Order: sequence, then structure tokens, then C-alpha cells
Amino acid sequence: MIEFGVLLLPFLEASLRTATPLGFAALGELVTERAGVINLGLEGAIIAGCFGALAGAGLGGPYAGVLAGIAAGAAVAMVFAVFVLALRADQIIAGTAMTLLALGITGTLYRLVYGAGGAALDTPTLAPWALPGLSSLPGLGPVLFTQPLPTYVLYLLVPALLWWMHRTGAGLALRAIGEHRAAAEAAGVRSQRSRAAAIIFGGAMGGLSGATLVLAQVGTFNEGMSAGRGFIAIAIVVLGRWSVLGTALAALVFGAAFALQYLFQAMDWALPYQLFLAFPYVLTLVLLALLRGRAAAPLELGRQD
Amino acid sequence: MEALAALWDGAFGSPFAFWSATLVRATPLLLLGLAVAVAFRAGVLNIGAEGQLLLGAAAAAAVALAFGDAPRLVLVPAMVLVGALAGAAWSGIAALLRRRYGVLEVISTIMLNFVAAAMVSWLVRGPMQEPTRVYPQSSSFADAAHWPFLLNGQRLHLGFALGVLAAWGLWWWLEHSAAGFRVRAVGGGARAAASAGGVDVGRTISRVFLLSGALAGVAGASEVGGVTWALYEGLSPGYGYTAIAVALLARLDPRWILVTAVFFGALDAGAAAMQRDAQVPSVVVQIVVALVVLAVLAARYVHARRLAQRAAPETA
Repeated sequence: MIEFGVLLLPFLEASLRTATPLGFAALGELVTERAGVINLGLEGAIIAGCFGALAGAGLGGPYAGVLAGIAAGAAVAMVFAVFVLALRADQIIAGTAMTLLALGITGTLYRLVYGAGGAALDTPTLAPWALPGLSSLPGLGPVLFTQPLPTYVLYLLVPALLWWMHRTGAGLALRAIGEHRAAAEAAGVRSQRSRAAAIIFGGAMGGLSGATLVLAQVGTFNEGMSAGRGFIAIAIVVLGRWSVLGTALAALVFGAAFALQYLFQAMDWALPYQLFLAFPYVLTLVLLALLRGRAAAPLELGRQD
Repeated sequence: MEALAALWDGAFGSPFAFWSATLVRATPLLLLGLAVAVAFRAGVLNIGAEGQLLLGAAAAAAVALAFGDAPRLVLVPAMVLVGALAGAAWSGIAALLRRRYGVLEVISTIMLNFVAAAMVSWLVRGPMQEPTRVYPQSSSFADAAHWPFLLNGQRLHLGFALGVLAAWGLWWWLEHSAAGFRVRAVGGGARAAASAGGVDVGRTISRVFLLSGALAGVAGASEVGGVTWALYEGLSPGYGYTAIAVALLARLDPRWILVTAVFFGALDAGAAAMQRDAQVPSVVVQIVVALVVLAVLAARYVHARRLAQRAAPETA
């Protein structure tokens, strides 16, 4: 147990670090879903963000990588928006196709650009920043305030989204579209435009999620490294009951579930490691079953035009 | 150009390429395409064919390894049956989660895919690993567990025949049986099927889910019994996802799935040759798969608009 105590702070620190990309993706998807659109292409936006970050960081350093990741995620979402909004395609099928497309394109580009075997290569990364003062607070100070830049951005994103969604006209309009589109349009809201913006925002956050994964967590790119995080992020939104704070909290829970793998490695438990690989996915299923029902879902969610 | 030539040669360039590469790769796509199609017909978005295939493969491999001294006439049907049951059990989890707890099956089946992959990864490094414990795979099956070939000197195996049979059976069932009609009615609109047709929607959906998983499980059994003769981790290069394109391109019609499965099988076989001969990565197949799905979606829109335009003058 002594060993466990020594490991607790690093575990919490790792939980927060792994929760950060999940938080970005889930909060972006939350905005998209509040507008009544479910984007299963989020996984595609994340892997595009990963690749964009790799390419951008290789050319212009880690901050260029972050921007390139965001742009790549937004680009994937734009294509999805065209299919769902202009061509009135089924959201689920179009989203699945976008994920496959992005996985295929990033895998192909990676092998073409970086070699046939896809040799592991390191990118410049975003090192943790200790915020002066805050990071030396007793207890959780070092955990919360010795993090790479994206985690701090996430700290700011949560209150910003809360304010935007509940205190601005645009936020109200977005929620109205998701609950009752016809009524919102009758009240003068331009729903197509708002939905497009919400989808693209969601994709940009997915891209930021991928960039964070590469630049602040893994430090390299692997084919398919998004590993279902997009789908987990969608589950996180359900578990967070479509609220900003709930979603942020649920992301933290899943960060901890992923971080268990590191704890497991450090503890040398006599259990097959695949158990810990499968754990976040099993947890998703169990939590979704426990929080039964779609009572909190936006009424227009997933409805085809 | 060189890449395209390699693609064509790898898929159709010789009798061997067609019978032993294209059709062998079309076999899992055929069975999985049917699995996806029957689910989609009822409005069940089963994205979990990949995981259901893995479970079917693991279960069939366990039977093959445990009963290697049984006669082939017993062992091969047992592998089919156990594979189907394991696939159905895996999709049954998602069916239960949807029916009892209202969990979106798109999410649950994808999660189950990851769990299944982890499970196979554990099996081939743990309880089912080959005796020298060097490679992450099971022992090779005894001869009795090798599925019979359909043609002399070609690798085309029993699985393809099962797939053709399943395509015909599924088509008949959907178009000419009462249960098939209920499936189509639920897919057309669950509320209408329940109120006007008196269909038990929950039960219909659960049954279709189990059938879908069983078909995918047979695909898994067919891969280990007809192709690899052992359980491997990377058994499926994403066949379960390609199958979605196979089913959608065929407009969920089992007869057309025969055609689209062979088309994607050829693409897959050609891509492997392309990677070997022209160094073009075979993941490009995924891009083609996605583009096909998107093209189908776009074509549907054009079709719907044309119908609307044709109807417009009458209503005006």
C-alpha cells in the first residue's frame, strides 16, 4: 500500500493528461450534439488531428503542429457537414464513412511520406509547464498545474463554453435548434448555418484532441492511434448528460481509466495487460447501461433531414 | 500506372489470382456483408461485425485445437456452429444493452470490437498460445480441422460456398417469410410496424442482432478454418468495416452482396499485390471503401431529388 501511495500523485497527473484529449473531443462533440447532429466522424477528425500535428510540428515546431491539427480536424468535419446538411445523408453512416476515410488517408500518407514500414519517429513535443505559485500549492497543486499547455486551454474552455451556451444568444439559438428545429427557425434562427458552425467547431476540437495526443502525450504518430477515442468521447457526452460540466467530469473518469495502464505497468500486478487495454471500453459499456435512457438527449439528435 | 497494373494482376491477372486471392478475400466480406445488411434492414446499426468475427474465430479455433482427432465430417460443422454461437453471443451483449438499457448500438458494438481485439490478443499470448510460447498465435490446427477446398489446386474453400448459400437463404427469408417481412417493416419505421402491424419491435430487433452476429461469427470460423489454420491477432485487416461498404453498395440486397463482396475482395487482393510490387500502401483500400460509402450517400440524395422533382408538378 505504501507503494500505491507513492504512485497516487503520478497516477492523478497521468489521468489528467490522458483526460485532456478526451475532454477536447467530448466538449466539441457536445456542441455538435446540442445542435442536433451526432458526428461519428469525430474519430476521423482526431486521427486527422494527430497526423496534422505530426506534419505541422515537423515543419514549424509544436505550436504549428497544434494549429495544423485543428485545421485537419475541422477539414474532416467540413466534409461531414456537406454530406449531412447539404446532401441530407444519414448522420451515422456519413460519420462512419468519414472515420474510415480519415483513417485510410492518414495511414496512406504516413507510409508514403515517412517510409513504407512506417518507422517510429519522434516529434518536438509540448513539455509540461509548472505555473509559478499555483504548482507549489500543497496537495493537488503540482498535479493540476504542472501540465502541458493544452490542459490549461481545457481549463479555460470549460467555463468559456458554459458561459457561451447559457449566457449568449448564439448559445441559446444552438440549443433551440437541437431541441425543436422548426420552432427555432420560426423564431428566425438560421439553423443550417448554426449547425455547420457547430459541426466544424466539433471537428476542430477533435483535431485539437489529436494534436494533444501526439504533442503532449505520445510524442509520435502511429496508424490508427486515435484507438476509438472519438467513439469514447461520444459516450462521454452521453454519460455527461449533454451538459458542459458533466462532460468534463466524465472525461476525467475516462482519463483515469486509460491511466490505469500506466499504474498497472508501475505496480507489476500479475494480471494480463490486455485486461487494462480493454478496461476503458468495458467501462464505457457499463456506465452507459447504468445511466439508462436518453432522457437528457437533445430531441432532434440524429434526425435526418 | 504501374500500381494499377499490379492491382489488376493481383485480382484478376491469372486463374490463381482470381480463385485463390480475390475469392478467398471475398469470402469473409460476403458473410460479413450479409451480417451488416440484415441488421441495417431492421434499422440496427451493427458496426460490430469485426468483433463478432474475432469471437467466432477464437471459438472455432478452440474447438479445432481441442478436438483435433475428431473426423472432419464432425469437426468442420462443429466449428461453423460454435463460431456462429460465439458471434451471436457477442452481438447479444449489444442487443441486450439496447433493449434493456437503451444504449446506442453504434457505440456499444464499436466498444465491443476493442474488447474483442484485446481478448484475442490475450488468448494468443495466454491460454491458447502455441507450446513453445515464442509467437503470439495458437498452434496450427490438425488436418481434420482444415476446411475442404472447393477446387483442385486453388485456395478457395468451403467458407465461400457457405456464404453463397447464406446469401440465397437470407434473400429468401427477407422477401418471402413472415419473419423477414417483420424485419423489413421494423426497418421501414418501428412505430408504424408496432402500431399498424402489431410487430414486437424489441424482439424482432434482438433476433436480427443475434442473426447478424451469428453470420459474422461464421465468417470468423471460416477465416481460421479455411485460410490461417491457427488463431492470430491480426486475423482481420478491418473486414468488419469494409463489410459496411459491401452491404451499402449492394443496397442491403443479399443477391447484390455477392457482387459487391467479390468487388471489394478483388480490391483487397489487388491492393496486397500493389503493396508488394509497386510499394503503394494497401491502406488505400480503406480510402476506396469510404469513398464508395460517400458516393452511395450522394447518389441517394440525387435520386431522392429526382423523385421529388417528378412529384412536384402533380402537387403544384
